[in-house]
Formats: sequence, structure tokens, C-alpha cells
Amino acid sequence: MLEVKNLYAKAGDKGILKGINLNVKAGEVHAIMGPNGSGKSTLAHVLAGREGFTAISGEVLYDGRDLLKMSAEERAREGVFLAFQYPVEIPGVTNSYFLRSALNAIRKHRSMEELDAMDFLTLIKEKAKIVDMSSDLLNRSVNEGFSGGEKKRNEILQMAVLEPRLAILDETDSGLDIDALQIVAKGINTLRIGCRAIIVVTHYQRLLNYIVPDYVHVLSDGRIVKSGGKGLALELEEKGYSWIENGIEHLPQTVS
Amino acid sequence: MSASAQSIKNLANQEYKYGFVSEIESDAAPRGLNEDTIRLISAKKSEPSFMTEWRLKAYRHWLTMKEPTWQNVKYPPINYQDIVYYSAPKQRKDSPKSLNDIDPEIKRTFDKLGISLLEQERLSGIAVDAVLDSVSVATTFKGKLAKLGIIFCSFSDAVQNHPDLIKEYLGSVVPYNDNFFAALNSAVFSDGSFCYIPRDVRCPMELSTYFRINAASTGQFERTLIIAEEGSSVSYLEGCTAPMRDENQLHAAVVELIALNNAQIKYSTVQNWYPGDKDGKGGIYNFVTKRGKCKGVNSKISWTQVETGSAITWKYPSCILQGDNSVGEFYSVALANNYQQADTGTKMIHIGKNTKSTVISKGISAGHGQNTYRGLVKIMKNSTGSRNYSQCDSLLLGDKCGAHTFPCLEVNNTSSQVEHEASTSKISDDQLFYCKQRGISAEDAVSMIVNGFCKQVFKELPMEFAVEAQKLLSVSLEGCVG
Repeated sequence: MLEVKNLYAKAGDKGILKGINLNVKAGEVHAIMGPNGSGKSTLAHVLAGREGFTAISGEVLYDGRDLLKMSAEERAREGVFLAFQYPVEIPGVTNSYFLRSALNAIRKHRSMEELDAMDFLTLIKEKAKIVDMSSDLLNRSVNEGFSGGEKKRNEILQMAVLEPRLAILDETDSGLDIDALQIVAKGINTLRIGCRAIIVVTHYQRLLNYIVPDYVHVLSDGRIVKSGGKGLALELEEKGYSWIENGIEHLPQTVS
Repeated sequence: MSASAQSIKNLANQEYKYGFVSEIESDAAPRGLNEDTIRLISAKKSEPSFMTEWRLKAYRHWLTMKEPTWQNVKYPPINYQDIVYYSAPKQRKDSPKSLNDIDPEIKRTFDKLGISLLEQERLSGIAVDAVLDSVSVATTFKGKLAKLGIIFCSFSDAVQNHPDLIKEYLGSVVPYNDNFFAALNSAVFSDGSFCYIPRDVRCPMELSTYFRINAASTGQFERTLIIAEEGSSVSYLEGCTAPMRDENQLHAAVVELIALNNAQIKYSTVQNWYPGDKDGKGGIYNFVTKRGKCKGVNSKISWTQVETGSAITWKYPSCILQGDNSVGEFYSVALANNYQQADTGTKMIHIGKNTKSTVISKGISAGHGQNTYRGLVKIMKNSTGSRNYSQCDSLLLGDKCGAHTFPCLEVNNTSSQVEHEASTSKISDDQLFYCKQRGISAEDAVSMIVNGFCKQVFKELPMEFAVEAQKLLSVSLEGCVG
């Protein structure tokens, strides 16, 4: 579904990604781990098409199409979803209105009929159960005054409603206590289905206890320096990132 | 240019959609202003002599006044001798008896605006007193209202049929010598709306007047007077769109509201006059005096305005809180884009004891637009136990526009409380990217965010007007209100 080939990219003027290779198929969950500043979030933002994060060279194919040529909203409508590390507040716009606008923009793009307020209400109430979200939060302004846990749950709710084919979860575990983490992870697992690929970007192994990945990639200084199965995450947790960083020279560039 | 800047630019560059001129024969006075013009206007309207005298008194006072210059707007000098002060659409017969009698061209004009009177009458339950080029052409629902004793008619009709009420209340809130433009209006006003709600009557429908400026170079001088007797209540809607013009048109209206004991008046405005083109050419000068007097105890006057049009908007809908425990409210959204200038706000004058006022102002500046909030909260010495809360928020779209705030607070006793909050913000790249990442186009995202910014004000509008406001800001309101 997603093929990243030798991708170099910069954030602002600063070169961050230095030759990323990644191949993600439908139904797979890939974890991308790495220390702060290794380029995890840059990769997520380049894939989502954020302004200021630009590819210098290399290629990203999404279902065989050039992803980098698409605008951010086009990518979203084609099924690329980014769960934000810091979900954004939009004062005065209700959560459910925001989500319905998003869903209808996507449905329109796919030549599907737009959902009216009643049908949407039925849908969102059903989906809200996935992340134990109270209807009260649906009627509040987008992320305004939400706790850290509520914001992250809201991201997963959006994912559940928009039904992306490729979901990129950027540090979804950051700022969560253990209870919130479990709820969020349970939600994500519910959404783990055969036609969907998920990329979990995380600093800590903790989240991967709940969302068990098929593949783990370790990012360091803009490169994937090691790839492996779920065991790699545990090994990393035990030995720390320095274990990888110290041995970069000896490790081959790996492609899963 | 970044995508966000581009989408803001697109939004700001939207062409004015209501630019057309309807071809109706006008019966107009010659250009210029002197005592003869005023006598002509008065005679055309067969006014009683007290009105003619009042107009002349205003005119003579106006001659002694100077055009104010303190406001934060710029425009070339107005030649008051180059304005046509009276223009009435020619009727084929006498005045129309029903909607069917209206000039088909006028009807088409309203249809283009999406306010077909027939539909209005049948579907929405709004009584429309349509003002087109200074003379009322249709008044609907009169019968229904008359049963309740409510008078809702053109100002001219009121002068003919209810001279006692006019004598008692005309100029009682905005005196003829109040300010330069109010004096001018008092001298030459052509028509407007009159509304009287008798004691203990709750007006069962929203009263609505659509103003529309039409014939070329016709200054519009409307006069509205609303009287709510003891224990009554009324909600009044004023909405306007104007055809496209190259030359600037002056509009100097006066609105007076009077609320007696326990009465409530809610006055809502959506103003969408021609703002001028992208380079700042043309557009309406909207210099309006709007003021309400909470004369009785426990009375309440609430102003809600959405100002998106006009090259220059200069108005301060105000409340004089004279009765004890009376309440004044002001909710405002003012948009200034391209080269529009808006200097607007309110005055809350607390005179009675335990009076309360609330001011919520949302200013949006885009393009080269300049938006100014100017407000006065004055609590008099004897107005003990009074309270005011003011909130002024500004939203800037782009980097060539401006937002200015001039609040003035004057408290003359120690038992009153005044609060003022202000903020200035921009649409952040984070917000735009968040929306786009969810599939929402940048343009829709800007609309949505602006709309969210205005929500506090929009929720004060009656539903029918909320729809209009939504169109005007090209923002969808569904889900955000109610």
C-alpha cells in the first residue's frame, strides 16, 4: 500500500530524513521507534503533506500513486490519516460538526452521498463507544478544554469515523496515563482490520504492549537503522537507544 | 504563497454577489439640499406641519454642525449638494393593496435576493415591510398584527395615522441635534419602519424589514422607531443587500427604540451593502445612529449585528439604561476585508440602579481591511449596583489588515462592577493543517474557523438571520448553533 523509497526530506531548511525505505502492506501494523530528534514526526508529517515538511529526493507511492504530488486534503480524502501528537483546538466549532464536515468532504470525494445530521448522529454515537467517549465531548468545541487523554481519544474517534486505509499515529501514547492508554489502544485494536495499514510512531515501547506490531523499525538520525519483529521493541526498551546508535556503522540498511 | 494565505486571499477576494440594478422608474427630487428640498419631501409625503417644522429645525441645526472627523476611517469629502434626497418608485396605480399589486420588477429584485415576499409570507411567518428606494412598497401580515393591536407600518403611514405617537416619541432617544448625520437624517429622512407593541402583548412573529438601496446617487435616509409598551416584547430583524455601484453612496439612518416597564426589544441586523471592489473603489458609506432607551424598570434592549458590507461602517448601537434593573446587550460581528473600514461598537449608559450590560464584539479583518471597536461604558453616580461585562475579540486574516480597540470605561460610584476582556488572534497554520488532514479544503477550514470565532454572536441571532449570516461569511453554521 505504501512504498517509501530512499526518501530525503527537510523540515523547514533543515535536512532531517536521510534515505528512508519502508514498505507497508494492507493489514500490517508497523511501529516506528527512535529517540527524540531522530525524524519520527518529520516522517509522519511528510507523509501527511504538512507545509514546511518537504521531500528533497526519493519517492513515496501510495497504492502505486505518487503521494508527494497530492495536497494534504487530497491525501486525507484518499484515505491517509494522521493522528496528531498535539491535537489542535478550534474554538467555537463543535466536535461533531467538524467531524461531519470532514466525513462529508471525504464521502463527496469518493462520490458517496453526504450524511445528514441525523444519520451522522447515529453513526458517531456508535463509533464513540469504541473509545468510551461521552456525547458531551461531541458537542464541545474541537479539543478545547479537553484533557490530554480526551484529545487522544478524540483522534482515534476521528479515525474510526473517517475509516482511513493508512493511519499514522504520531506519539499517540504521549501524555497518557495507563488507563487512558489502554482505552486508546483498545480503540486502535478494534480498528485494526485487513484492509487497513497502521503506522505507530512512538518513543516508548509501552504502547506496543497493547498494540502489538507486525514490524518494528528503529529510526536514528533520519535513517531506519534496524528493522525486526515485535521482539525488537522489547530489546530496545531493555538496552536503550544508545545500543542502536553506538552500533550504526555495523548495521546494514534494512527494508522490511 | 502558503496555502493558508492563498485560501484567505480567495475568501477575501470573493466578488459581491448582489450587484444588479433593477429598472424601476423613479420619481426623484433634484440634486442638492436646501429648505425647499425639505419642504418638497414633506409635501410629497403629505406630512402634517409639525413634521415639516421638525425637519426644518433639524436642517437649520445641521447647517451649524461640522462633519465629525474623530472616527478611525478615511474617505474623500462628501458633497452634500450632489445627493438626490428623495426618490420614490413610481406606482402604476395607487399604493399596492396586496402582494399581487407590487411592481413585477421590484418583486424580481427581491427574488434575486432570495427574499421572495410570497415565500416569506407563506413559509416563514415573517411580516416583511419592504423598503425599496425609500418608500415602503409592501407590508404583509398587517391584518394579523392589527388584531393584537400591533402597529407595524411604514414611517410615512405612521405619520399619517398615528401622529400622536410620532409626536411623543420621535427624537426622544436620538434628538434631531444629536450628531451631524442624525441631524441630516432628521431633516431629509424619506421613510422607514414604525412599530408599536401595545401593553402586555408579545409579538408572535419576527418583524422584518429588508432595506435595499437602488436608484443611482440616492442617499438613503431611513428612520425607524420602535415602541414597546409595558410588559410587551418584540424581535425585529433588519437586513440589507445593495446593488453594485461605482460611486459611493451615503447611508445615514436613525433607529430609535423605546422600552417601557418590563418590556423587551431585540433588534437584529445583517448588513451586506456593497463594500466596494477589490481595489477599494465604490461601496456604501454606512453612517448610522442607533440607540435604544430602556425607559422603564426591568426593561431590556438587545442589539445583535452582523456587519459584512459597506465600504465604511460607522455605527454604535447603544443603550440608555434609565429604568432600574434594566438590561442592555450588544452582540456584534464586523468583517472588514479588501479596503473596507469598520469603526463600530456601542455605548452603554447606566443611569438606573442595578442595571446590567453585556458587550460581545467580534472583529474580523482581512485583506487591507481595518476594523475598529470603539465602546463606552458609563456608569452614573446614582446607578448603584450596576454591572458591565465587555469582551472584544479580533481575528486577523493575513498581514495587511488591522484591528484596533478603543474601550472607554467610566464608573462614577463604588458599588458597580465593570469587566473588560480583549484578545487578538490569527488563524494558525496548525488549525489549517489539522482541518486539511481531515479532508476539509483550506477555504472551508477558514470559513469554519471564522464561524467558530463568531459563534457567541451568531447564537443570539434568530434562526432566519443566522442563515443569512452564514451565507455572508461563507460559513456553514449547522451544528455550531443550537
